[in-house]
Amino acid sequence: MAALLDITGVSIEFKTDKGPFKALDNVNLKIAEGEYVSLIGHSGCGKSTVLNIVAGLLQATTGGVVLEGKEVNEPGPERAVVFQNHSLLPWLTAYQNVELAVKQVFRGQKSRAEMKEWIEYNLHLVHMDHAMHKRPDEISGGMKQRVGIARALAMQPKVLLMDEPFGALDALTRAHLQDSLMEIQRELNNTVIMITHDVDEAVLLSDRIVMMTNGPAATIGEILSIELDRPRDRLALADDPQYNHYRHEVLRFLYEKQRKTDDSSAGRKPPSTNTSAATTASVADEDSAKSVTAESVSAVVTPLHKKHVA
Amino acid sequence: MAISQLQVPSWLEPFARLLRGDRPGEQIVKVLRHVGLPLLGMALFLMLWQSGAAHVNTSLGQLPGPAQVWEQAGNLKDEHFAEREKAVAFYQRQEARNAERMAENPDAKPRPIRGYTGKPTFLDQIGTSLKTVMSGFVLASLIAIPLGIAIGLSGALYSAVNPLVQVFKPVSPLAWLPLVTIVVAAVYTSPEPMFAKSYVVSVLTVMLCSLWPTLINTAVGVTSVSTDLNNVSKVLRLTWLEHIRKIVLPASVPMIFTGLRLSLGTAWMVLIAAEMLAQNPGLGKFVWDEFQNGSSQSLGRIMVAVLTIGLIGYVLDRCMLGLQRWVSWDKNAITR
Repeated sequence: MAALLDITGVSIEFKTDKGPFKALDNVNLKIAEGEYVSLIGHSGCGKSTVLNIVAGLLQATTGGVVLEGKEVNEPGPERAVVFQNHSLLPWLTAYQNVELAVKQVFRGQKSRAEMKEWIEYNLHLVHMDHAMHKRPDEISGGMKQRVGIARALAMQPKVLLMDEPFGALDALTRAHLQDSLMEIQRELNNTVIMITHDVDEAVLLSDRIVMMTNGPAATIGEILSIELDRPRDRLALADDPQYNHYRHEVLRFLYEKQRKTDDSSAGRKPPSTNTSAATTASVADEDSAKSVTAESVSAVVTPLHKKHVA
Repeated sequence: MAISQLQVPSWLEPFARLLRGDRPGEQIVKVLRHVGLPLLGMALFLMLWQSGAAHVNTSLGQLPGPAQVWEQAGNLKDEHFAEREKAVAFYQRQEARNAERMAENPDAKPRPIRGYTGKPTFLDQIGTSLKTVMSGFVLASLIAIPLGIAIGLSGALYSAVNPLVQVFKPVSPLAWLPLVTIVVAAVYTSPEPMFAKSYVVSVLTVMLCSLWPTLINTAVGVTSVSTDLNNVSKVLRLTWLEHIRKIVLPASVPMIFTGLRLSLGTAWMVLIAAEMLAQNPGLGKFVWDEFQNGSSQSLGRIMVAVLTIGLIGYVLDRCMLGLQRWVSWDKNAITR
């Protein structure tokens, strides 16, 4: 199986006032075309950093990322990103937000009419036909994220990068979006890297789950292949022994092997974003409870992340 | 369309409901609140003014009360139209004379029409002031917005410019004026000037003082464009110019307009002071002339000018607010 995307020996160090801080150490991952890979791990373990390096928004200190034989060293639309908080331009309608991306990517390749058709097709994929001329402040959080996904899909990326795409949504909306995403995947078969802190989401959507160790100097701990037939149905899977086995594997990794002690935990995300359902096993829930006692560490990690993601 | 669907301004809403018979008791309370209280405030103010003014005796006689000021406002209006009639008559006389001359001797050249040289009236002065303030404000905005964007984008430029901004921002127009006057006198020496020197001095002073709110607010607006939007711009590989045009500028429009509104307010305040000192035609000069004139009517006329200045300032602010609401995508921005 030839790898489409090759992450080799990636380490990254951030300069801080207290000397260099090694966030990632020797991350290696090969991803095949059409594969759906989830990155899971405790908050602050560097999942987002990996994604940002693949996106080109951050530069690895050592090692590198190769996409189709070409090294990645700057951001670009062939590695479209779906950001956690939708990142739509608030002064443009859903249509115009997608249009901005389409005009930028397909300038000179598609005619005006083709572009219009392509924008509408992508908005149709995420079921946003009815509200495509509404502005972000007129639609719900789930709808905004749908538009965010449509914008990324419209760039026709080689790899679709999703940074906790459903992290800020309520459980019901999240389930709807997961179903939509599976439907879209059936049709387009994109190569996807998705960051999540939701174990069910990871098992339901992924072909492989990449579990990361705790930072500093985080790396890949284990990789779990999910061999469940597609299309997957969340209700049928709830009682599926195989599905539950995968869930337990991930939970075991997170809560036994990589159990966070108070001094190593770093609650990076505000508790408000951890809106996981009661029925959903979620890593973030524990984090938010612990992050209070982890002020000292998070104080070091938080500004770092903010600064460098910027 | 039924009355209930008509869009009415919010302050008219209770009246409309009252007409529709929609919970009349509640509506009457609302009417009293939105219309009654302001009227009550104004009435109290006029009474205080009237009774207070009666006790103040100045070298120009008793301080005028509301009634005398109202009378002077009428006088100023009448003077304006009288002056206009005079001007019209003046031109008519010249034309009549020319026509006569042509009738006597068809080969004679008609004499050029001379301009009317009567003194500017109160209404003329208002026009001049408005023209001057808008010139200064537009000039200030043309400098402040691009500079603010540059400062907001570049941390280095911000560090370099910030101390200068902080030092020049609090300088009073009265301090700038002598400098500007002398510099303009030295530099602006064309034999046939397009603008009067006093006008240039006023405009430059207004510009120097009203530059800062727009500059600072624009810079803050640009700095606070979210990281996510910048990342979107990077992923899309927008060029530098597109990044500014499509992301930075629209994102900071609400802040830019907040700055522009503050700037226009400052510009109007500064203008009056500048006109007084620079002897540039305008409301400031009108106040100064009346002060020097010292007739029994002067105090009333000055008060008319004060109220006019306030009223125009208010209208300018409302216009900017309307423009801001119309242009800005952020309808939640503080717009009071």
